[in-house]
Amino acid sequence: MRRRNAWILHAVLIAAVTIIAFPILFAVVKATQTRVDVLSPSLIPGTQFFENVRNVFLNANLLVFMRNSFIAAIAVTVGKTTLSLMAGMALVYFRFPFKRVIFGLILLTLMIPIQVLVVPLFDIVSLQPPESLEAWWRWLSRPDRILFQPAEYGFGWANTYAALIVPFLASATGTFLFRQHFMAIPSSLADAARIDGATPWQFLRRILVPMSWNTIGALAVIEFVYVWNQYLWPKVIIRREELQVVQVGLNLIIGTGEGVEWGYVMAGATLSLVPPLLVFMLLQEQFMRGFALSDSK
Amino acid sequence: MKDNAVFTSRVLPWLLLLPSFVILLVFIYYPALQAWVLSTYRSNLFLNTRQFVGLDNFRLMFTGPLADKYIQVVIQTFVYGALVVGLGLSIAMVVATLASQNVRGARIYRLLLIWPFALSPAVAGTIFLFMFNPDIGSVNQVLESLFGIKPRWLDTPILAFSLVVLASVWKNLGYNMVFYLAALQNVPKELGEAAAIDGAGPIQRFFRITVPMLSPMTFFLLFTNLTFAFFESYGLIDIVTSGGPVGPPPADGAGLTTTMIYQVTLDGFGGSGNTGLAAALGNVILVFTILITLLQFRYGSRRVQYGDN
Repeated sequence: MRRRNAWILHAVLIAAVTIIAFPILFAVVKATQTRVDVLSPSLIPGTQFFENVRNVFLNANLLVFMRNSFIAAIAVTVGKTTLSLMAGMALVYFRFPFKRVIFGLILLTLMIPIQVLVVPLFDIVSLQPPESLEAWWRWLSRPDRILFQPAEYGFGWANTYAALIVPFLASATGTFLFRQHFMAIPSSLADAARIDGATPWQFLRRILVPMSWNTIGALAVIEFVYVWNQYLWPKVIIRREELQVVQVGLNLIIGTGEGVEWGYVMAGATLSLVPPLLVFMLLQEQFMRGFALSDSK
Repeated sequence: MKDNAVFTSRVLPWLLLLPSFVILLVFIYYPALQAWVLSTYRSNLFLNTRQFVGLDNFRLMFTGPLADKYIQVVIQTFVYGALVVGLGLSIAMVVATLASQNVRGARIYRLLLIWPFALSPAVAGTIFLFMFNPDIGSVNQVLESLFGIKPRWLDTPILAFSLVVLASVWKNLGYNMVFYLAALQNVPKELGEAAAIDGAGPIQRFFRITVPMLSPMTFFLLFTNLTFAFFESYGLIDIVTSGGPVGPPPADGAGLTTTMIYQVTLDGFGGSGNTGLAAALGNVILVFTILITLLQFRYGSRRVQYGDN
């Protein structure tokens, strides 16, 4: 009886593992096949992998797309983690007026997904900046125009890396995670540091950062994956192919016409999976612990 | 308020908060305000014209000739969301529970289940588009040789909708699995053993012990999966179906796989080029999102089982 149960369990688990992995394995195998084989249902690995990769890198711009994704993902990950750490530190280790209000205002943005704001955000990021400081000041000094009319000026960042990076540098999730983590650190540590005469900077460098690697790792995974996988915003704000990111780039490789080179596309899909997967695998321990998931509380 | 506030500088906390705050103000709060401002204008992206129309865009969406289309899109979004969340979470919960049994090779199973965590919607879409291509896709080649059928996955409304749901559920499985497996490590084994001694079968134990113990995690995943269904699925849908195909009446107003966020970009950046209408629909989604969040906090957290804390 027990043995039969164990067999059923194994069968179900193997089925689940297969279903989850199959489409990706399918893509990997197809990435190795020739132009003819790729259009057949055959799942026998071919020998064309490097040929396909070379083609998709050089002829279909994948290298450029991946470079752009790397720049955006790393810049946002580093920037966001740093800014959230700073904000979390301010919220836990300092006393100042309106602290709760400020925390509330940061947290409130969790309810406002950036995708909903795609139309106004597009205006603000892409509209040209004012031609002079004076014009800018004239706009800023008219609350009726800045608040109640469509934005007149923006940053002029369409088709730049800045458009992919700057709007995403602040994070309610990150601030919240760091705040929770800092509040769980015994206050005696901070007291001891202060009595020893440590400056906030020394406290941050010597105590907070070394004690926060799990939270930092967890955030790094979330942010890297989030930015790497972004699609809607880059598609809208980046119209020049040499600045496009890999997710939208894949669709550019498919294109619209006939005769899609599916071997290249599958090679591209496979390669674009590797960086976020690597980040996840490398930081998996920190990721789990950062959420206090695998530790018993 | 319990805090560890030990430093007394008056300027430093503001300096630490300033960068985050400026970014949120400029790129979240100001656009959120602008979304309401823009929604009171009728605009034409191509003629570059703009005219104040008050609440006309909202009226257009819910009454008049365009109403059928927008109401259809809203319903589709919710049906799609419910299916993705319902199927995705229940499958992940069952499989994660099985994989955390005391079975030989459990560690390997777990590893094999979580690795697609970082899978992107666009890549999922790309792979499914190829697999289910009606003419050259492997799925149809297999179906044809076995049963002699070649379903038009991408042009048949109900099939296209099912395909998008299937791809979305699959895309989220790895993600859901990571969190459920982690949460299951915290469920004390003694609970299940005690119940087994009392004569509870495996199915009873699953519903009476595992499901309630997992409820905080389910609560969290409900959020992230809904966010996926509402917003991040855009890439998957754009690649697989581009929002189409159009169904038979009464579902003939918009493509059957057009979700609200897809309609926002259609209105804002293509087709009609009416950014005002797009902003208005964006605001409707925003209100829905806030309502769902509040409802979850109001009712969701009450039934949540928090274990021993």
